[in-house]
Amino acid sequence: MSFLDASNQPFALKAFSTLFILVWCVIACFPLLWITIMSLKLPLDAFDSNFFNVLVGPVTLQLKNGVSVASILAISLFSMYFYSRRQRLRNYLRASIGYSEDVTLFLFIFLLYIFCCISISIIFSKFFDAYLGLFGAKIFGFTLDHYHAVWTERGFSLFFKNSLIVTSGVVIISLSLGTLAGYGLARKESSIAFWILIIALIFRALPHSVLVAGYLPFFMKSNAILSPIFGEFAPILYGQPLAVILVLVAINQPFTIWLMRSFFQNIPKELDEAARIDGCSHFQAFRKIIIPVMWPGVITTGLFSFMLGYNDYLVCSLLLDGQNQTMVPSITGLFNRDTSTTDEIVAIAAAVSITAPLFFIVLIFQKQIVSGLTAGAVKG
Amino acid sequence: MKNRDFIFFVGPSLVAMFVCIAIPLIFVLEQSFFVNKKVYKEVEVESCVAGFTGQICSVEMQTKPQLNEKGEIITQKEFVGLENYVRLINFDAVKKAFWQQNFLELENVKFFSALRFTVTFCLITLPFVIILGLVIALTVNNLLSSLKGPIIFVSLLPFIITPIIGALSIRWLFVGDGIITAFLEWLTNSNISMFSNSWTLELMMILYRIWHVCPFAFIVFYAGLQTINKEMLESAIVDGANRYQRLRFIIIPHLMPLIVFVSLIHLMDSYRVFEEIIAFSSDAYVISLQWLTYDFLRLDDTGNRYISSASASSILTMIGISILLYPLIKKTWNDYREGKL
Repeated sequence: MSFLDASNQPFALKAFSTLFILVWCVIACFPLLWITIMSLKLPLDAFDSNFFNVLVGPVTLQLKNGVSVASILAISLFSMYFYSRRQRLRNYLRASIGYSEDVTLFLFIFLLYIFCCISISIIFSKFFDAYLGLFGAKIFGFTLDHYHAVWTERGFSLFFKNSLIVTSGVVIISLSLGTLAGYGLARKESSIAFWILIIALIFRALPHSVLVAGYLPFFMKSNAILSPIFGEFAPILYGQPLAVILVLVAINQPFTIWLMRSFFQNIPKELDEAARIDGCSHFQAFRKIIIPVMWPGVITTGLFSFMLGYNDYLVCSLLLDGQNQTMVPSITGLFNRDTSTTDEIVAIAAAVSITAPLFFIVLIFQKQIVSGLTAGAVKG
Repeated sequence: MKNRDFIFFVGPSLVAMFVCIAIPLIFVLEQSFFVNKKVYKEVEVESCVAGFTGQICSVEMQTKPQLNEKGEIITQKEFVGLENYVRLINFDAVKKAFWQQNFLELENVKFFSALRFTVTFCLITLPFVIILGLVIALTVNNLLSSLKGPIIFVSLLPFIITPIIGALSIRWLFVGDGIITAFLEWLTNSNISMFSNSWTLELMMILYRIWHVCPFAFIVFYAGLQTINKEMLESAIVDGANRYQRLRFIIIPHLMPLIVFVSLIHLMDSYRVFEEIIAFSSDAYVISLQWLTYDFLRLDDTGNRYISSASASSILTMIGISILLYPLIKKTWNDYREGKL
């Protein structure tokens, strides 16, 4: 008998809350779902004002390709079955391969799933659809042309490479600095630690454009300024993905040390104190006792660093030039072009391509993201 | 922990923050008092035209930007005091508005229009985010636990998505023949264009921001609800408290620190509002403070960047965020002095 008990609620409240959550879920995922559908259609269908025409795509069906209701049903049934058995499959694989790295295992399972889905749809379109009557008729039109255009003609693979460089650099550097600092701050009891955290909080509030205003003149003239040190090899930092890493690490550092600190505070102090009594120095205690148990925190913080680097628009668009962008800023170049509707759909396909990795990250790391969101809040 | 060890652990990060944040800030402050001017010099230019008996030549003096040996224009820093700031806030317009008591006219000054939008945007979205997040958290908490995982997964999507992509996805729902505009037009039987009015643009930005930040509030509050003291709720029920009273006197006070936390983070983030302006291409109607700095920093049509103006607007933006955060920092400092932290 408590508030948290669902059983003693009046029916009306229960029905209303279920309806409310349902509406919220639809609102939460509808825009993403919709642009994914649009990206698979020809412009004429994608911008049709009729809901069902966009969903079904009659023109696309006529000119390009289609799938039948039967194969969509088969794929969704298979997905549900696969999802319900995922734990068993993982355990089976772990036992048979003797390999227990979670992420690799997940990737393997995921690829297996994609492979199964594609083969189901091919099998249906080749063999079964002809015998299924109305269910076998191709109804939903789709085309992958726009994705092809984005990745091959619009140089998205270069942008993807740049994004990869920038994000991995940001993650690695900010984690290695932030882990050390977070541990130090969590174990130090003095007002210095407190003030460092407050200053970090103020730095976190800085609009990013402020920092860029400090960096930009330096980056443009860096070869002249750095030439006394590096001589002829002084680089022009403007337009270099590697230089952007520096700025993003700086932006990210305050948040990282807050997050890492709150994770380290949850690791009992007694653990490294015991090691110190046994004769370890602080560094040895850190290396031998803390590092093995800190990975959940590091993974969570790494995820947030990843998202910061990956999602950044402002810094990359100002410090890199148009030909050599990362993925996110490049998208405005796609849809500002005297937008014909085809260009617009290509931009939509680019947007979906950018979102896909994030989607899978939520799928894999949901628990870690939730713990990261709440970790900062627990201590206030 | 001894100071020596502390420096070893914290030092690298501190150096990084000092070099990469504090020093650029000092640079920005310095730049805001200077302008880069091109160095001009008087040059004698001899121009000749073909005449009857020979060439007719005339010599005239022209001012031309001076070039260095590489052919780049030489620029020189010049101290101008507060001139950058005065130009940015258009001091004359402020004086005029002040005398005429007509502050609406300040909307024509870019800086004030950006300031107005940024502040109203922060303050309007805040209550919606908090309340909606709280309601979602309470309802999810009441549902069957088997549904919680999928609901949290779906809810995380708007939060996790790249901000500019999220805003673009909203744009594509509303733009031109977008599906929602088409639906609204069918519903109201009128012609709707969401992208050519400043108020519809602002409305969409606010809706987008609520959609984007709500999951964060929801997750934090949901985690807070798990730590609530159940005996207290039970005794409240025994004492005859109804649903509303339990919410008002037990749950909300318990969540109060989290509400403060979410508000703080939300204020910081929404003060930086920027991606919406780009994604909705709204710069002709609605601009924000961060967008203003961005606009000064990027190349304009003539190939110039207005670094000095950008620095001045950055400094003003920073002053704004300090005013916004001052009460909070002060409260933290008081708590700390009283030994609560």
